[in-house]
Amino acid sequence: MSDTLTATAPVATARTDAPMLQVRGVKTFYGNIMALRGVDVNVYKGEIVTLIGSNGAGKSTLMMTIFGQPRPREGTITFEGRDITNVPTHEIAHLKIAQSPEGRRIFPRMSVFENLQMGAAVDGFAHFDADLEKVFVLFPRLKERINQRGGTLSGGEQQMLAIGRALMSRPRLLMLDEPSLGLAPLVVRQIFDAIRELNRTEGLTVFLVEQNAFHALKLAHRGYVLVNGAITLSGEGRELLERPEVRAAYLEGGAH
Amino acid sequence: MAVQTAETAAPAATNPVLGPAFKDALIAGLIALGLFGPLIGFETIIIDGALGLAYRPSLLAIMVGIIFFGRLLLNLTIWSPNRKPSTHTGPTFFDRAGTRMGPGVKPALLAFAVLFPAIAVFSQGGLNESRYLIDLGILILTYVMLGWGLNIVVGLAGLLDLGYVAFYAVGAYTYALLATSAPINDFFAGLFGATFWANWAFWFCLPMAGIFAGVWGMILGFPVLRLRGDYLAIVTLAFGEIIRLVLINWVDFTNGGAGIASIPRATFFGIPFNAGPDGFAALFGLPFSPMHRIVFLYFVILALALLTAFVTVRLRRLPVGRAWEALREDEIACRSLGINTTTTKLSAFATGAMFGGFAGCFFAVRAGFVSPESFTFDVSAMILAIVVLGGMGSQIGVAVAAAVMMGGMEMLRNLGFLRQIFGNDFDPSLYRMLIFGFAMVAIMIWKPRGLVSTRDPTIFLKERKAVSGDLVKEGHG
Repeated sequence: MSDTLTATAPVATARTDAPMLQVRGVKTFYGNIMALRGVDVNVYKGEIVTLIGSNGAGKSTLMMTIFGQPRPREGTITFEGRDITNVPTHEIAHLKIAQSPEGRRIFPRMSVFENLQMGAAVDGFAHFDADLEKVFVLFPRLKERINQRGGTLSGGEQQMLAIGRALMSRPRLLMLDEPSLGLAPLVVRQIFDAIRELNRTEGLTVFLVEQNAFHALKLAHRGYVLVNGAITLSGEGRELLERPEVRAAYLEGGAH
Repeated sequence: MAVQTAETAAPAATNPVLGPAFKDALIAGLIALGLFGPLIGFETIIIDGALGLAYRPSLLAIMVGIIFFGRLLLNLTIWSPNRKPSTHTGPTFFDRAGTRMGPGVKPALLAFAVLFPAIAVFSQGGLNESRYLIDLGILILTYVMLGWGLNIVVGLAGLLDLGYVAFYAVGAYTYALLATSAPINDFFAGLFGATFWANWAFWFCLPMAGIFAGVWGMILGFPVLRLRGDYLAIVTLAFGEIIRLVLINWVDFTNGGAGIASIPRATFFGIPFNAGPDGFAALFGLPFSPMHRIVFLYFVILALALLTAFVTVRLRRLPVGRAWEALREDEIACRSLGINTTTTKLSAFATGAMFGGFAGCFFAVRAGFVSPESFTFDVSAMILAIVVLGGMGSQIGVAVAAAVMMGGMEMLRNLGFLRQIFGNDFDPSLYRMLIFGFAMVAIMIWKPRGLVSTRDPTIFLKERKAVSGDLVKEGHG
């Protein structure tokens, strides 16, 4: 952790308020294998924070651990001051943390409309129509596909649906797991633009897990680099982008 | 390019067909001869106490002939190399016909079901003569109801349940045990008169059968919460067997394999169907007929089945029904959207089991006798087959499948005409299950998603794309 750049990251130092999401010394095991070796992550209100790392670094594990599947063996996770380390997954969702999980996990045999309805389950249906309209403004493609089954959408549309479904719950924290996975560059840009837009206009807090380090670090206010289950670097997004280690490992195909 | 394709297309049209087709059919016929020769050609018979062989060359010739000519016909038509591959990707004729008739099918079927006893009486020329048809109607409706009940668990919530018969048994034994219970009878005899419990038992026990079965559904649900797919199927299968074995072995309580007999019959809301002065016939000024009770039972099971369908359709529009469907699709996504998968699963098991319990209670009152033999795995398999053949999740499909399966099974009992083809020593009832099996395989090849797979074709239809939001809510997206 000697490489940590937090001292030079103005966003992090300027904040004196408590972080919205605080991950403290989290260790997660799969059987005897330690997948997370004591991870510390802070996400403040109104920020876009990204977690980058290569395959198998434990990015998705951290994401799922925050959501309670699997549970950490050590460490604590707090959200808005409340300890959620041992709260059941569906109750975590009720605290207005929304997740677009890895592999999108939309409901393939249900229509786009039904998928979005499922997203609103947490919030009740009081603001349903207004929220639906907001999602359609963000992703007009979904409106065209409203009666189509989720499984018949293209990859990009499915990703839009997964994010739209997460937004239907009016989240205070949106967690996205590799939204760019397997998508064409143009679609990736559309989706990242949408995330930026949400953050700017509504102040939505976003925690983004990405392998696509270049796009993610450009978008994010702050970033963390996860290697073998431990955070090795952290700092401002653009600053991390300039770091030779990051460039070498994630942006230039690992070649020096 | 155009010239080339024309040239290559021209010889294709005159491909030799007859020669290869004949050769292929001949090979198939020879294989059939080799296979059927020992199986059908010989028959062991007992001559004067010793085992002897009889030969059946004509039957063998017929079987081989069917294979040969059938194969030849297929080679010349469907498998012909000259047959243009179907380029039609849009809705087929049947899909379009289905879409056009779609709105009319349900009311028409409902009207038929309501009028069925009248139709049966008129077509058979009398109340007593129509007994067979109305009994068949009751049997079909019982399976329609069981199919709809299981459909909640398998079709909607996606939990493969191979032990559904357990809940049917719980419902049947609830009624049988409570209705024949001497203490309860004495208790009510002291309050309301000697025949009170016998006359009202069914109407009191019907809701209780549903509640008990629902509770048993939850009891089964708890241990299997973490299981899915094959593992769940095995545990539910075991659960069904456990219930049956308990019923057999707990002799003090259930009277074991001998079963419980002389269960009180159904009454017209307290008025018994008998020839006495207080009976149904006397009170309504009708000549007494035992058929009154049968027709009444028909309408009871029709009402119960419609209740099942109605509740299912309503639940599907409510959040809990939507949650069941989402659970079928993706459990992890469900949880991260804030759905409590534990209660969702348990509610699906309990609701499905409850309707199984209602049907079981009805079964007991119709038969007047229950024994563990009525609740074997065969029944579970049959109900599951109805749900799968009907197209998982489709209400109308399940109803059609139940009618086809149960009606078809009955129809196959009357295969007398086959004797005219195969000779007098041919016993068609022996082939009933074989033909039935063939029919099921054929349906699954021809319509792999079940007879009515309404949720599928709609998405290809241009005209259905502009479907309104209400329709989508009903789960027809």
